[in-house]
Formats: sequence, structure tokens, C-alpha cells
Amino acid sequence: MSNTQTTRTGSTLVKRGLADMLRGGVIMDVVNPEQAKVAEDAGAVAVMALERVPADIRRDGGVARMSDPQMIQEIQATVTIPVMAKARIGHFAEAQVLEALGVDYIDESEVLTPADEENHIDKWAFTVPFVCGATNLGEALRRVGEGACLIRSKGEAGTGNVVEAVRHLRSITAMIRRCQSADANELYALAKDLQAPLPLVLEVAETGHLPVPLFCAGGLSTPADASLVRQLGAEAVFVGSGIFKSEDPVRMAHAIVEASTHFDDPSVIAKVSTGLGSAMRGWETSSLDQRLAERGW
Amino acid sequence: MGSVGVLALQGDVREHLTTLTSLGVEAVRVRTPAELESVDALVLPGGESTAIAHLLVTSGLRDLVGARLTAGMPVLGTCAGLILLARDVLDGRADQWGYGALEVAVRRNGYGRQIASFEAPLTLADGSRVPGVFIRAPRILECGPGVEVLASYAHLGGFDPVLVREGPVWGASFHPELTTDTTVHRLFVESL
Repeated sequence: MSNTQTTRTGSTLVKRGLADMLRGGVIMDVVNPEQAKVAEDAGAVAVMALERVPADIRRDGGVARMSDPQMIQEIQATVTIPVMAKARIGHFAEAQVLEALGVDYIDESEVLTPADEENHIDKWAFTVPFVCGATNLGEALRRVGEGACLIRSKGEAGTGNVVEAVRHLRSITAMIRRCQSADANELYALAKDLQAPLPLVLEVAETGHLPVPLFCAGGLSTPADASLVRQLGAEAVFVGSGIFKSEDPVRMAHAIVEASTHFDDPSVIAKVSTGLGSAMRGWETSSLDQRLAERGW
Repeated sequence: MGSVGVLALQGDVREHLTTLTSLGVEAVRVRTPAELESVDALVLPGGESTAIAHLLVTSGLRDLVGARLTAGMPVLGTCAGLILLARDVLDGRADQWGYGALEVAVRRNGYGRQIASFEAPLTLADGSRVPGVFIRAPRILECGPGVEVLASYAHLGGFDPVLVREGPVWGASFHPELTTDTTVHRLFVESL
């Protein structure tokens, strides 16, 4: 049997394909190899390696940057599941470093302090795929236009409050339905209003979903939160501070994994929520000094 | 032929359902013992093998799937699904378990991390071509005597088996479900 073949890395299909493999699962923020092990043991589909979870970034203030490569490498050596890491918005040099480290996905993230207030990273230029946050459909499609292979609704990271995640997810899915019901004449004006590339708006109108998977992040802290956003259309969930800032992180990690898979079976959500200990304390959104979701444009 | 289930705990379930449905097969999601009971064949999709293995245990499906495999139920595993079916898994977790239903040894992430994930055309035994999409793919290192190699990929001067079959159990290290080519699913369905 002979194979004369051209092998191609970094194609859109393999970059979006890894996001497809994560669907239904939970991606957990971890700050050291021990937490990464807890996440993998609990059935996480990937970990996000970062120096401080968003709740601590919020508390400590200062400039939040890409993590120390040594810490990322220690986590890569500890787990067999994909390892993601965050770069600052627009900081393509941090992204180049993360690609050189062989991380599996880069999150160009509003949780870190933005490096460029006009431009996001040209993500087509990379072999490694990118995930980006979005608060609405226009923002999501601008990120896809720049090469993002996975979109997460932003929510408000580090608050333990799901309200912003719900707002952003509903905003995206409601506008997708609006595109679907628009007639051909209206789609041009819709693309203009959304400030989104016309071909992507036409694609959404035809397929009824984003060109890439849609996950949810930002403020999820209980199994019921995971169930809620999955029922609202998120295909997987990112949980940041919600696990390792809870009373019993091991149990919380297991419970949220079960909840994401069996999101539409309330008896499972009830079972895994029982005797779970307290979730992270959380912040009421109106009391916040800084809205991370407003970063990125 | 009855219905084909797709294990729906985690991973690219929808793509398998779409491909099977396009072939005129009744395809259903399997997340519970009752749903497993109702199907005549099963697809183990792509995803994260550690997460799917974990969820098989917590959902009470692990031993039931094992019993059906022993009883001869046809199964197709792609990528993570192949890892779950393999006899030996290298570079897995210390507590990695599998069904051992396919006499192959695989190395997890055997072609490297995501930046090494690739597309390459593959040649089937009958000379026809299928697109291969490999994502953090397992690499098949060894096959037992009862294992038929249905497609290979030229790699490092040799040929890696990428689609294998041992009786009713099929495994692919790539993702036929991610492309519009339905050849692999059609061959599996025709064998039922």
C-alpha cells in the first residue's frame, strides 16, 4: 500500500477540530500541577494554566500577564489532557511564546490586562488554535474573522455570579435566531449593525450556529450553573475560580463534570449538588469596580 | 439492521450522528444504560479519552458496554474511542483502563501535541482515498495477528495502521466524522 501524501498542520479543520473534541466537557482553571491533577482526575477535558485565577487577579489588581513558562511546562508534564494558556489581548509576542511551548490552545483573554486597545491578534498566522471571549454575536464573528477557532461567552470572570454569562450567551443565541429569520435584504444591514464580516453573518443565517463551537465562561460556580448554560446552548463550559475557590474543590470538580454531561437530567444535577459544601463566595455585579468583559472590542 | 448508538458522554457526538443519519441509519445518542440496551451497534466518538473513561464509570455504562463487546456487539471507535478499545495504551494515565477489545498497542498523542495535529490523505486497502484528520491522535504501534489493517499512513519511513478491524470491532486513529466523506462509516454500517 503506498501513500503519496501531503501532510498539513494548522489547517482550520484541525484547529476547530480540537474544540469539537472538547464539546460536552469542562475546562478548568488551574494554577499548579496539583490542581491540574485534581482536574484531570475529575474528568476535565482540558486545563487552563494560569498564575492566578480571575478571583485573585480581581482582588490583587496590578497588571495580569501571560504565565511563567516553567509553570505551564510543569502542568504539561503532569496531565495527558490538553493544556491551554492565556495571552493578553493583542499581545502576539506572548502568543508566539505559548505556541513555542506547545500549548494546545491559546486564550486571547480579557482576564489579563490588554496589551493593545485597538487590535486583537491575527490568529490566522498561528498553527496553534485560539479561543476568544465574546459578549454578543458581532464580537464573536469579529474574533472568528481574525481566526479564532472557538468562542466562549465572556461572562464576568472571578465573580462566582452567573448573571453576565447568561446575558452574553443569550445575546449571542438570540441574535443568531434573528439572523435566521431575517430575509436576504435585511442581512446586509444586520452585518453592518453587528459590525461583523458579511460572509460570516450569511453563514450564521444559513446554519443557525457560529462557524466554530460556542462554549461558556465567566462566573460559573455550581453544577446547576453548568446545567443552565448548557441548556441555553453552550456546548461546553469553562470554570475558573468556581472550583478551586469552593469549599471542597475535588467534589465540586467532579460534580460540575457530571452536570455538564447530564445537563438536561435534573435528577443527576440534584444528586451531584447534594452535600457539596459551599460554592465560592461571589460578587454581586453592581458592586464591581472593574468589568473584565468590557475589555476587547 | 437496527439502530446504531453514539456514546454521548463527551466529544464530537453530533458529527457521528449526522454522518450515520446521512447513510440512512437510525442513529441515537447513548448516555444511559437504557439507551445502550436499545441499540444494536455503538460508536465511541472522538473526545478526551480520560474524560470519556471517567464518565463511563460514573454513568454506570462501563461494564455494560464491556458485556456487550464480549457478546459481539459491533463497535467503531474513532481517536479517543480507539484508545478505549485498545489492548495496550502507552503514555496514558497510570490508572488508564480500556476494554482490550482490539489487539493493538497505541501511544496516546503519538504524533505530538495540538501544533502537530494534521490532515493527510489516506489510502484504503482497495486503493480508494479518504481524507484523514488527526487531532492529538493516538498512534497505532502494533497489531495482533487477528487484526486487519484497512488503511495506513506513511510516517517516518514506515506505514502506520490508522484504520483497523478485528471482527466486529473497528478502530480509527483519525476522525472520519469530521469530513463529508462517509466511506469509513459506510464500510462499518455495511458490515452490520
